[in-house]
Amino acid sequence: MQKSFRAALATCCAVAAATLAHAQTDPTTEDFEKFRAVMEDANPAELWEVKGEQLWKTRRGPKNASLEQCDLGLGPGVVKGAYVQLPRYFADVGTVMDAERRIVHCMVTLQGFSFEEIAKRPFSSGNYTPDPVSIVTFVAAQSRDMKIAVPQSHPKERATWELGKAIFHYRAGPWDFSCATCHGEDGKRIRTQNLPNFTKHDQAPRSFIGWPGYRMTGGVMHSLQWRMNDCFRQQRFPEPGYASDTITALLTYMGVNSNGFVYKGPGIKR
Amino acid sequence: MADPMKIRASLQGDVADVRVLMAHPMETGQRKDASGNVVPQHFIQTITAQLNGKPVFGADISQAISRNPVFAFKVKGAKAGDKLSITWIDNKGDKRTDEVVVGGG
Repeated sequence: MQKSFRAALATCCAVAAATLAHAQTDPTTEDFEKFRAVMEDANPAELWEVKGEQLWKTRRGPKNASLEQCDLGLGPGVVKGAYVQLPRYFADVGTVMDAERRIVHCMVTLQGFSFEEIAKRPFSSGNYTPDPVSIVTFVAAQSRDMKIAVPQSHPKERATWELGKAIFHYRAGPWDFSCATCHGEDGKRIRTQNLPNFTKHDQAPRSFIGWPGYRMTGGVMHSLQWRMNDCFRQQRFPEPGYASDTITALLTYMGVNSNGFVYKGPGIKR
Repeated sequence: MADPMKIRASLQGDVADVRVLMAHPMETGQRKDASGNVVPQHFIQTITAQLNGKPVFGADISQAISRNPVFAFKVKGAKAGDKLSITWIDNKGDKRTDEVVVGGG
Protein backbone atom coordinates (compact mmCIF):
# COMPACT_ATOMS: atom_id res chain seq x y z
CA MET A 1 0.00 0.00 0.00
CA GLN A 2 2.69 2.42 1.15
CA LYS A 3 4.83 1.56 -1.83
CA SER A 4 2.08 1.94 -4.39
CA PHE A 5 1.10 5.24 -2.79
CA ARG A 6 4.66 6.52 -3.15
CA ALA A 7 4.78 5.33 -6.74
CA ALA A 8 1.50 7.09 -7.43
CA LEU A 9 2.86 10.23 -5.80
CA ALA A 10 5.99 10.11 -7.94
CA THR A 11 3.90 9.71 -11.11
CA CYS A 12 1.65 12.50 -9.99
CA CYS A 13 4.54 14.87 -9.42
CA ALA A 14 6.21 14.00 -12.70
CA VAL A 15 2.96 14.75 -14.49
CA ALA A 16 2.53 17.90 -12.45
CA ALA A 17 5.94 19.15 -13.57
CA ALA A 18 5.05 18.41 -17.16
CA THR A 19 1.74 20.21 -16.75
CA LEU A 20 3.42 23.29 -15.39
CA ALA A 21 5.85 23.38 -18.30
CA HIS A 22 3.14 23.19 -20.95
CA ALA A 23 -0.12 24.26 -19.37
CA GLN A 24 -2.29 23.61 -22.44
CA THR A 25 -0.56 20.92 -24.51
CA ASP A 26 1.10 18.47 -22.13
CA PRO A 27 1.71 15.03 -23.67
CA THR A 28 -0.56 13.20 -21.20
CA THR A 29 -3.54 15.28 -22.19
CA GLU A 30 -2.70 15.00 -25.89
CA ASP A 31 -2.46 11.21 -25.68
CA PHE A 32 -5.68 11.01 -23.77
CA GLU A 33 -7.45 13.20 -26.32
CA LYS A 34 -6.30 10.81 -29.07
CA PHE A 35 -7.65 7.86 -27.08
CA ARG A 36 -10.93 9.67 -26.51
CA ALA A 37 -11.26 10.47 -30.22
CA VAL A 38 -10.97 6.74 -31.01
CA MET A 39 -13.45 5.81 -28.28
CA GLU A 40 -15.97 8.42 -29.42
CA ASP A 41 -16.54 6.37 -32.55
CA ALA A 42 -17.87 3.51 -30.45
CA ASN A 43 -19.09 5.23 -27.33
CA PRO A 44 -20.90 2.86 -24.95
CA ALA A 45 -23.16 5.85 -24.13
CA GLU A 46 -25.15 4.63 -27.15
CA LEU A 47 -26.27 1.65 -25.04
CA TRP A 48 -28.01 4.07 -22.70
CA GLU A 49 -29.49 5.96 -25.64
CA VAL A 50 -31.20 2.72 -26.69
CA LYS A 51 -32.25 1.91 -23.14
CA GLY A 52 -33.47 5.48 -22.56
CA GLU A 53 -35.51 5.39 -25.77
CA GLN A 54 -37.24 2.22 -24.58
CA LEU A 55 -37.95 3.80 -21.19
CA TRP A 56 -39.32 6.90 -22.92
CA LYS A 57 -41.71 4.93 -25.12
CA THR A 58 -42.80 2.18 -22.72
CA ARG A 59 -45.94 2.49 -20.58
CA ARG A 60 -44.67 2.32 -17.02
CA GLY A 61 -45.36 3.37 -13.47
CA PRO A 62 -48.54 3.38 -11.36
CA LYS A 63 -50.36 5.34 -14.09
CA ASN A 64 -49.20 2.96 -16.84
CA ALA A 65 -48.20 5.83 -19.15
CA SER A 66 -45.28 6.46 -21.47
CA LEU A 67 -43.29 9.70 -21.48
CA GLU A 68 -44.38 10.52 -25.03
CA GLN A 69 -46.62 13.30 -23.71
CA CYS A 70 -43.75 14.82 -21.71
CA ASP A 71 -43.17 18.48 -22.63
CA LEU A 72 -39.45 19.25 -22.67
CA GLY A 73 -40.10 22.85 -23.68
CA LEU A 74 -40.88 22.44 -27.39
CA GLY A 75 -44.33 20.91 -26.91
CA PRO A 76 -45.57 17.52 -25.64
CA GLY A 77 -43.49 14.67 -27.01
CA VAL A 78 -41.01 16.83 -28.95
CA VAL A 79 -37.55 15.50 -28.14
CA LYS A 80 -35.54 16.66 -31.16
CA GLY A 81 -33.53 19.74 -30.22
CA ALA A 82 -35.03 19.99 -26.74
CA TYR A 83 -31.82 19.23 -24.83
CA VAL A 84 -29.76 22.11 -26.25
CA GLN A 85 -32.51 24.52 -25.12
CA LEU A 86 -32.55 23.37 -21.50
CA PRO A 87 -32.69 24.57 -18.72
CA ARG A 88 -35.71 26.75 -19.53
CA TYR A 89 -38.80 28.24 -17.89
CA PHE A 90 -41.87 26.01 -17.73
CA ALA A 91 -45.18 27.82 -17.28
CA ASP A 92 -46.97 24.72 -15.92
CA VAL A 93 -44.72 24.66 -12.85
CA GLY A 94 -43.78 28.36 -12.82
CA THR A 95 -40.08 27.61 -12.55
CA VAL A 96 -36.92 26.90 -14.54
CA MET A 97 -36.01 23.24 -14.96
CA ASP A 98 -32.99 21.46 -16.40
CA ALA A 99 -33.30 18.37 -18.60
CA GLU A 100 -33.05 15.66 -15.96
CA ARG A 101 -35.24 17.56 -13.53
CA ARG A 102 -37.91 17.96 -16.20
CA ILE A 103 -37.73 14.26 -17.06
CA VAL A 104 -38.13 13.36 -13.39
CA HIS A 105 -41.05 15.81 -13.21
CA CYS A 106 -42.69 13.97 -16.13
CA MET A 107 -42.03 10.58 -14.52
CA VAL A 108 -43.81 11.85 -11.40
CA THR A 109 -46.73 13.67 -13.04
CA LEU A 110 -47.37 11.44 -16.08
CA GLN A 111 -46.30 8.02 -14.84
CA GLY A 112 -47.01 8.41 -11.13
CA PHE A 113 -43.54 7.52 -9.86
CA SER A 114 -42.56 8.88 -6.45
CA PHE A 115 -39.96 11.66 -6.47
CA GLU A 116 -38.67 10.52 -3.08
CA GLU A 117 -38.06 7.01 -4.43
CA ILE A 118 -36.17 8.36 -7.47
CA ALA A 119 -34.14 10.78 -5.33
CA LYS A 120 -33.12 7.98 -2.94
CA ARG A 121 -30.67 6.53 -5.43
CA PRO A 122 -30.29 9.01 -8.29
CA PHE A 123 -26.72 8.27 -9.45
CA SER A 124 -25.10 5.42 -11.36
CA SER A 125 -22.76 3.02 -9.61
CA GLY A 126 -21.47 -0.41 -10.50
CA ASN A 127 -23.99 -2.02 -12.78
CA TYR A 128 -26.84 0.20 -11.63
CA THR A 129 -28.11 3.06 -13.79
CA PRO A 130 -31.15 5.04 -12.58
CA ASP A 131 -33.87 5.41 -15.23
CA PRO A 132 -33.63 9.25 -15.45
CA VAL A 133 -29.93 8.93 -16.41
CA SER A 134 -30.76 6.59 -19.31
CA ILE A 135 -33.65 8.82 -20.40
CA VAL A 136 -31.58 12.01 -20.27
CA THR A 137 -28.94 10.24 -22.41
CA PHE A 138 -31.60 9.41 -25.01
CA VAL A 139 -32.98 12.97 -24.92
CA ALA A 140 -29.50 14.50 -25.18
CA ALA A 141 -28.67 12.32 -28.18
CA GLN A 142 -31.65 13.78 -30.06
CA SER A 143 -29.85 17.15 -30.00
CA ARG A 144 -26.61 15.83 -31.46
CA ASP A 145 -24.81 18.33 -33.73
CA MET A 146 -27.24 21.11 -32.85
CA LYS A 147 -26.32 24.55 -31.55
CA ILE A 148 -26.60 25.18 -27.82
CA ALA A 149 -29.32 27.81 -27.34
CA VAL A 150 -30.31 27.97 -23.67
CA PRO A 151 -33.08 30.60 -23.52
CA GLN A 152 -32.90 33.82 -21.49
CA SER A 153 -36.11 35.49 -22.64
CA HIS A 154 -38.20 34.91 -19.51
CA PRO A 155 -37.36 37.02 -16.43
CA LYS A 156 -37.15 33.84 -14.32
CA GLU A 157 -34.58 32.41 -16.73
CA ARG A 158 -32.45 35.53 -16.29
CA ALA A 159 -32.90 35.42 -12.52
CA THR A 160 -31.86 31.74 -12.53
CA TRP A 161 -28.71 32.63 -14.51
CA GLU A 162 -27.88 35.33 -11.93
CA LEU A 163 -28.45 32.85 -9.10
CA GLY A 164 -26.23 30.29 -10.84
CA LYS A 165 -23.48 32.87 -11.24
CA ALA A 166 -23.72 33.73 -7.55
CA ILE A 167 -23.55 30.05 -6.52
CA PHE A 168 -20.63 29.47 -8.89
CA HIS A 169 -18.61 32.19 -7.14
CA TYR A 170 -19.87 31.57 -3.60
CA ARG A 171 -17.01 30.61 -1.30
CA ALA A 172 -17.92 28.49 1.70
CA GLY A 173 -17.32 25.22 3.51
CA PRO A 174 -14.36 24.01 5.59
CA TRP A 175 -11.93 24.71 2.73
CA ASP A 176 -13.43 28.06 1.73
CA PHE A 177 -13.99 26.77 -1.80
CA SER A 178 -16.21 27.89 -4.63
CA CYS A 179 -16.76 26.40 -8.09
CA ALA A 180 -14.66 29.30 -9.35
CA THR A 181 -11.70 28.23 -7.18
CA CYS A 182 -11.05 25.41 -9.65
CA HIS A 183 -13.01 26.60 -12.69
CA GLY A 184 -12.41 30.35 -12.63
CA GLU A 185 -8.77 30.52 -13.75
CA ASP A 186 -6.73 29.03 -16.59
CA GLY A 187 -4.33 26.13 -16.04
CA LYS A 188 -5.94 24.61 -12.94
CA ARG A 189 -6.12 20.90 -12.44
CA ILE A 190 -7.15 18.19 -9.98
CA ARG A 191 -4.41 15.55 -9.98
CA THR A 192 -3.80 15.00 -13.70
CA GLN A 193 -7.16 16.31 -14.87
CA ASN A 194 -6.92 19.71 -16.50
CA LEU A 195 -9.88 21.84 -15.55
CA PRO A 196 -11.67 24.19 -17.93
CA ASN A 197 -12.16 27.83 -16.96
CA PHE A 198 -15.92 28.28 -17.24
CA THR A 199 -15.73 32.06 -16.94
CA LYS A 200 -14.12 32.20 -20.40
CA HIS A 201 -16.38 31.94 -23.43
CA ASP A 202 -14.17 29.52 -25.37
CA GLN A 203 -13.87 27.08 -22.46
CA ALA A 204 -17.40 27.37 -21.05
CA PRO A 205 -18.91 24.78 -23.46
CA ARG A 206 -16.83 22.08 -21.77
CA SER A 207 -19.42 22.23 -18.99
CA PHE A 208 -22.14 21.29 -21.47
CA ILE A 209 -20.52 19.37 -24.33
CA GLY A 210 -19.67 15.79 -23.43
CA TRP A 211 -22.47 15.45 -20.86
CA PRO A 212 -24.14 13.17 -20.08
CA GLY A 213 -20.99 11.08 -20.32
CA TYR A 214 -19.84 7.48 -20.20
CA ARG A 215 -17.04 7.14 -17.69
CA MET A 216 -14.56 4.47 -18.71
CA THR A 217 -13.37 4.11 -15.10
CA GLY A 218 -16.05 1.79 -13.74
CA GLY A 219 -18.02 1.78 -16.99
CA VAL A 220 -20.92 3.91 -15.78
CA MET A 221 -23.11 6.55 -17.38
CA HIS A 222 -23.24 9.88 -15.54
CA SER A 223 -25.48 12.91 -15.96
CA LEU A 224 -24.88 16.56 -15.08
CA GLN A 225 -26.91 16.08 -11.90
CA TRP A 226 -24.17 13.70 -10.76
CA ARG A 227 -21.38 16.04 -11.93
CA MET A 228 -22.77 18.94 -9.90
CA ASN A 229 -23.31 16.72 -6.85
CA ASP A 230 -19.76 15.38 -7.05
CA CYS A 231 -18.26 18.88 -7.40
CA PHE A 232 -20.12 19.84 -4.21
CA ARG A 233 -18.67 16.78 -2.51
CA GLN A 234 -15.15 17.66 -3.66
CA GLN A 235 -15.61 21.14 -2.19
CA ARG A 236 -16.76 19.57 1.11
CA PHE A 237 -20.09 21.38 0.76
CA PRO A 238 -23.32 19.94 2.16
CA GLU A 239 -24.88 17.64 -0.42
CA PRO A 240 -27.19 19.57 -2.78
CA GLY A 241 -30.73 18.29 -3.29
CA TYR A 242 -31.23 16.05 -6.33
CA ALA A 243 -33.05 17.91 -9.13
CA SER A 244 -33.06 21.06 -6.97
CA ASP A 245 -33.13 24.78 -7.77
CA THR A 246 -29.42 25.00 -6.91
CA ILE A 247 -28.42 22.51 -9.61
CA THR A 248 -30.77 24.07 -12.17
CA ALA A 249 -29.25 27.49 -11.45
CA LEU A 250 -25.68 26.23 -11.96
CA LEU A 251 -26.66 24.41 -15.16
CA THR A 252 -28.42 27.54 -16.43
CA TYR A 253 -25.35 29.68 -15.73
CA MET A 254 -23.00 27.29 -17.51
CA GLY A 255 -25.48 26.43 -20.26
CA VAL A 256 -26.11 30.03 -21.25
CA ASN A 257 -22.35 30.68 -21.22
CA SER A 258 -22.04 27.79 -23.73
CA ASN A 259 -24.60 29.22 -26.16
CA GLY A 260 -23.64 29.25 -29.81
CA PHE A 261 -21.39 26.18 -29.65
CA VAL A 262 -22.37 22.88 -31.26
CA TYR A 263 -23.46 20.08 -28.94
CA LYS A 264 -21.87 16.75 -29.91
CA GLY A 265 -24.20 14.40 -28.05
CA PRO A 266 -23.44 12.18 -25.05
CA GLY A 267 -19.71 12.03 -24.43
CA ILE A 268 -16.98 9.81 -23.09
CA LYS A 269 -14.88 10.47 -20.00
CA ARG A 270 -11.62 9.09 -18.65
CA MET B 1 -33.45 -9.15 -18.85
CA ALA B 2 -30.33 -8.07 -20.63
CA ASP B 3 -30.25 -4.60 -22.14
CA PRO B 4 -30.31 -4.18 -25.92
CA MET B 5 -27.17 -4.10 -28.06
CA LYS B 6 -26.38 -1.27 -30.40
CA ILE B 7 -25.42 -2.57 -33.83
CA ARG B 8 -24.26 -0.59 -36.85
CA ALA B 9 -23.76 -2.32 -40.20
CA SER B 10 -22.73 0.09 -42.95
CA LEU B 11 -22.09 -1.14 -46.46
CA GLN B 12 -18.91 -0.44 -48.42
CA GLY B 13 -19.21 -2.17 -51.78
CA ASP B 14 -20.12 -5.76 -50.88
CA VAL B 15 -18.48 -5.60 -47.46
CA ALA B 16 -20.56 -4.82 -44.40
CA ASP B 17 -18.63 -2.93 -41.74
CA VAL B 18 -20.19 -4.11 -38.48
CA ARG B 19 -19.74 -2.49 -35.11
CA VAL B 20 -21.58 -3.77 -32.08
CA LEU B 21 -21.80 -2.45 -28.55
CA MET B 22 -22.98 -4.85 -25.87
CA ALA B 23 -24.31 -3.93 -22.45
CA HIS B 24 -22.78 -6.39 -20.01
CA PRO B 25 -21.11 -6.13 -16.57
CA MET B 26 -18.29 -8.56 -17.57
CA GLU B 27 -17.36 -9.35 -13.97
CA THR B 28 -14.00 -11.06 -13.69
CA GLY B 29 -14.60 -12.74 -10.34
CA GLN B 30 -11.56 -10.90 -8.95
CA ARG B 31 -13.39 -7.85 -7.66
CA LYS B 32 -14.83 -7.37 -4.20
CA ASP B 33 -17.88 -5.32 -3.35
CA ALA B 34 -18.14 -2.67 -0.62
CA SER B 35 -18.66 -5.30 2.09
CA GLY B 36 -15.66 -7.38 1.03
CA ASN B 37 -17.49 -10.20 -0.73
CA VAL B 38 -16.15 -11.46 -4.03
CA VAL B 39 -18.35 -10.37 -6.94
CA PRO B 40 -19.04 -13.62 -8.82
CA GLN B 41 -17.84 -14.11 -12.36
CA HIS B 42 -20.34 -12.95 -14.94
CA PHE B 43 -19.13 -12.57 -18.46
CA ILE B 44 -20.07 -13.20 -22.08
CA GLN B 45 -18.67 -16.49 -23.36
CA THR B 46 -19.98 -16.87 -26.88
CA ILE B 47 -20.80 -14.38 -29.62
CA THR B 48 -22.32 -15.37 -32.93
CA ALA B 49 -23.42 -13.32 -35.92
CA GLN B 50 -25.73 -14.49 -38.69
CA LEU B 51 -26.42 -12.90 -42.05
CA ASN B 52 -29.91 -13.89 -43.21
CA GLY B 53 -29.73 -16.85 -40.86
CA LYS B 54 -26.32 -18.06 -42.05
CA PRO B 55 -23.44 -17.93 -39.52
CA VAL B 56 -20.78 -15.42 -40.58
CA PHE B 57 -18.88 -14.67 -37.40
CA GLY B 58 -18.27 -16.31 -34.06
CA ALA B 59 -16.10 -15.62 -31.05
CA ASP B 60 -15.39 -17.24 -27.72
CA ILE B 61 -14.35 -14.61 -25.21
CA SER B 62 -13.50 -14.49 -21.54
CA GLN B 63 -13.56 -12.23 -18.52
CA ALA B 64 -10.51 -10.38 -19.88
CA ILE B 65 -12.83 -8.32 -22.09
CA SER B 66 -13.98 -4.97 -20.68
CA ARG B 67 -17.40 -4.06 -19.35
CA ASN B 68 -19.83 -2.91 -22.07
CA PRO B 69 -17.55 -4.21 -24.83
CA VAL B 70 -17.32 -3.09 -28.46
CA PHE B 71 -16.66 -5.52 -31.32
CA ALA B 72 -16.04 -4.67 -34.95
CA PHE B 73 -15.79 -7.03 -37.91
CA LYS B 74 -16.39 -7.09 -41.66
CA VAL B 75 -18.74 -9.39 -43.54
CA LYS B 76 -18.01 -10.02 -47.21
CA GLY B 77 -20.80 -10.55 -49.72
CA ALA B 78 -23.41 -8.55 -47.85
CA LYS B 79 -26.14 -6.64 -49.67
CA ALA B 80 -28.28 -3.69 -48.63
CA GLY B 81 -31.37 -4.99 -46.88
CA ASP B 82 -29.72 -8.18 -45.55
CA LYS B 83 -30.62 -9.03 -41.99
CA LEU B 84 -27.72 -9.28 -39.58
CA SER B 85 -28.43 -10.76 -36.19
CA ILE B 86 -25.98 -10.98 -33.31
CA THR B 87 -26.34 -13.16 -30.23
CA TRP B 88 -24.32 -13.37 -27.04
CA ILE B 89 -24.53 -15.99 -24.32
CA ASP B 90 -22.91 -15.50 -20.92
CA ASN B 91 -21.65 -17.91 -18.27
CA LYS B 92 -24.95 -17.72 -16.39
CA GLY B 93 -26.85 -18.79 -19.48
CA ASP B 94 -28.33 -15.34 -20.08
CA LYS B 95 -28.55 -14.43 -23.74
CA ARG B 96 -29.56 -11.60 -25.94
CA THR B 97 -30.17 -11.36 -29.69
CA ASP B 98 -30.54 -8.16 -31.69
CA GLU B 99 -31.02 -7.66 -35.40
CA VAL B 100 -30.30 -4.86 -37.86
CA VAL B 101 -30.75 -4.31 -41.56
CA VAL B 102 -27.42 -3.93 -43.38
CA GLY B 103 -26.92 -0.44 -44.77
CA GLY B 104 -29.92 0.77 -42.81
CA GLY B 105 -28.02 3.51 -41.00
